[in-house]
Amino acid sequence: MKQKSFLGRFRDSQVFWPLMAWIIILLFDAIVEPSFFKIGIMPDPVYGNHLYGNIIDIFNNGAPLMLVAIGMTLVIATGGVDLSVGAVIAISAAMGAVLINPVLGNTLISNAVSAANKTNTPLPLIVLADLAAGTICGLWNGYLVSRGRIQPMVATLILMVAGRGIAQLITNGQIMTIYYTPYYWFGNGFILGLPVSIYIVTLVLILGWVLVRKTSIGLFIESVGINARSAYYSGINEKNVKLLAYAFCGFCGAIAGLLLSSYVHSADGNNNGLYYELDAILSVVLGGTLMTGGRFSMLASAIGAVVIWTFTVTVYSLGVPANALLAAKAVLVLVVILLYSDYTRRLINRLFERRGSKHDTAS
Amino acid sequence: MIQQAKLIFWRFGAQLIAFAVFLLIYFIGGRLYPDMQKAQVFFNFFINDASLLLVSIGMTLVILTGGIDLSVGGVIALISTASAALLRSGVSPYIVLPLMIVMGIALGTLMGWIIQVLKVQPFIATLMGLYLARGLAYIISLTSVTIKDKFYMKLALTPIYIPFIPKAYVYPTTLVGPIMLLVAIYLLFFTRFGRTVYAIGSNEQSALLMGLPVRRTKILVYAFSGLCSALGGIVFSISLLAGYGQFATGMELDSIASVVIGGTALTGGVGNVIGTLFGVLIHSTIVSILQFNGTLSSWWTRIGVGVLTLVAIGVQSVVYIRRKRS
Repeated sequence: MKQKSFLGRFRDSQVFWPLMAWIIILLFDAIVEPSFFKIGIMPDPVYGNHLYGNIIDIFNNGAPLMLVAIGMTLVIATGGVDLSVGAVIAISAAMGAVLINPVLGNTLISNAVSAANKTNTPLPLIVLADLAAGTICGLWNGYLVSRGRIQPMVATLILMVAGRGIAQLITNGQIMTIYYTPYYWFGNGFILGLPVSIYIVTLVLILGWVLVRKTSIGLFIESVGINARSAYYSGINEKNVKLLAYAFCGFCGAIAGLLLSSYVHSADGNNNGLYYELDAILSVVLGGTLMTGGRFSMLASAIGAVVIWTFTVTVYSLGVPANALLAAKAVLVLVVILLYSDYTRRLINRLFERRGSKHDTAS
Repeated sequence: MIQQAKLIFWRFGAQLIAFAVFLLIYFIGGRLYPDMQKAQVFFNFFINDASLLLVSIGMTLVILTGGIDLSVGGVIALISTASAALLRSGVSPYIVLPLMIVMGIALGTLMGWIIQVLKVQPFIATLMGLYLARGLAYIISLTSVTIKDKFYMKLALTPIYIPFIPKAYVYPTTLVGPIMLLVAIYLLFFTRFGRTVYAIGSNEQSALLMGLPVRRTKILVYAFSGLCSALGGIVFSISLLAGYGQFATGMELDSIASVVIGGTALTGGVGNVIGTLFGVLIHSTIVSILQFNGTLSSWWTRIGVGVLTLVAIGVQSVVYIRRKRS
């Protein structure tokens, strides 16, 4: 057996298709609007000099979606789905905003106090509380799915409906503005000229990769997704594997909520992370992970999220109003559906195989 | 005799429980706020949640086949905006109304075709429908469009008095929901189409092997849901006399929750539309208790519906476990 060439292995990997989609969109941009790729250096009095441009923006603004997509990949790989990530984002954002509010624990409430650039809670504690809130939401979902034996779509629907109510309960129904500037750093800060959010996504991706590929957990997740019962009979604790996947998804949702509330300096229980669950599922599907579970790739899902955001920025730069973006997205979904349907797949594979067949006969 | 009663209980157990929960909440509301005992409050449930009832009926049929329809809220927004824009430009309402219904059915059929022929998950295909419908609504108009048509005004403002009950009335549009409910009951219980829907929901593979028209039925079910959403959109635009792309955000969630509370299993094959009626009524009772209270905030609706969904699912799983054992 001859080892497949690098190109062949690359084509078989899950990253190939979303990467192709990304390149096609970028090519379109290159033809229609060459200034799309312009990257400049912006002097910034607060965070120092940093890079700016559409590509940087895509990665910076797309970071929350990439995070959610990474978490969602594990859940979908176990054969489930998590509809509650949007609500988890809202809960985590609300948690942060409430804890930061300097009114907390202050007897004298005045506008000067509540709008002051200070907080009574240390920042690490705020971040920890954010992450804990999201992880607890994920554990709740995981518990319902694994122990309660409820279908994933129904179990997470409960939190999807109730979660935004809980977020509003936390903030008492108000849109809370955050005045504490160190909190802004997560969404607006820069390290070595690149946005902090890019580093956070990379960190989570590496963490997930180590967790999944350097231990046997990834294998467990895939086997549970392919056939939960046979996984159980071969001695895998299928319940805990599912619990872990949902908890990780909640954790990723919490980081996304932290970033989103940091971008806009506020927390809004109704609109934080609206439709994120749908976009995240779309990213995962774009990344080539099947909704029925099994083989998965977190990197491919993250690239899927980048594709969605590149598409969004492209549509904006063409001058389409923000609200009509939804129709453009529908067209994107339709193209994805057509591309991933069996018929088109067969057609494209046949095109590739005609060229690849020579290699096989020669070896 | 007892055997028969038991059989009926296990068959309609979830629906009976939904009915009992509705009565319980309604009586609690009546005890807390004596004004809620008025007959008109009960009819207001149907007036206020007319479009939710309509989309939930379509949703029930889709869920019975084991699918899901996320596009209902978007279709309502699209239908309301499109009809408002057409009426503004002077098209007769007698042309607009059938056109809107055809549009809803066409959208539903398109989604059903994508699901069935391209073998796409219902979740993804109807998600595309949601994006498409809402996006089109915004393309038609970015702002709210008011309706000033005389026929629409007349429909919106003529009360129909209920016989035998003094001072109780509904609007003509309110009657559309109950009529569609009767149609759905007829379709589900008395036609071959209804039997096929249940068969597909229980086991699609066996239904196919039995020679049932699986493909046609599944597409028809989505078309029916599109019809219900279109009617819901028309009712919505008549009651508010406006059309806007942001109408009915999140209605797909309320609708799915109502269907589940009404005892329909999301796996398909179990449940019926009568339970859905009680699911919708429970939703409107919670909303009206919050309105009577006045101090409770609107987010308690969401939390309440979430908790009830959890309870309904718990009851369902208990009932199914029992049934499997017996």
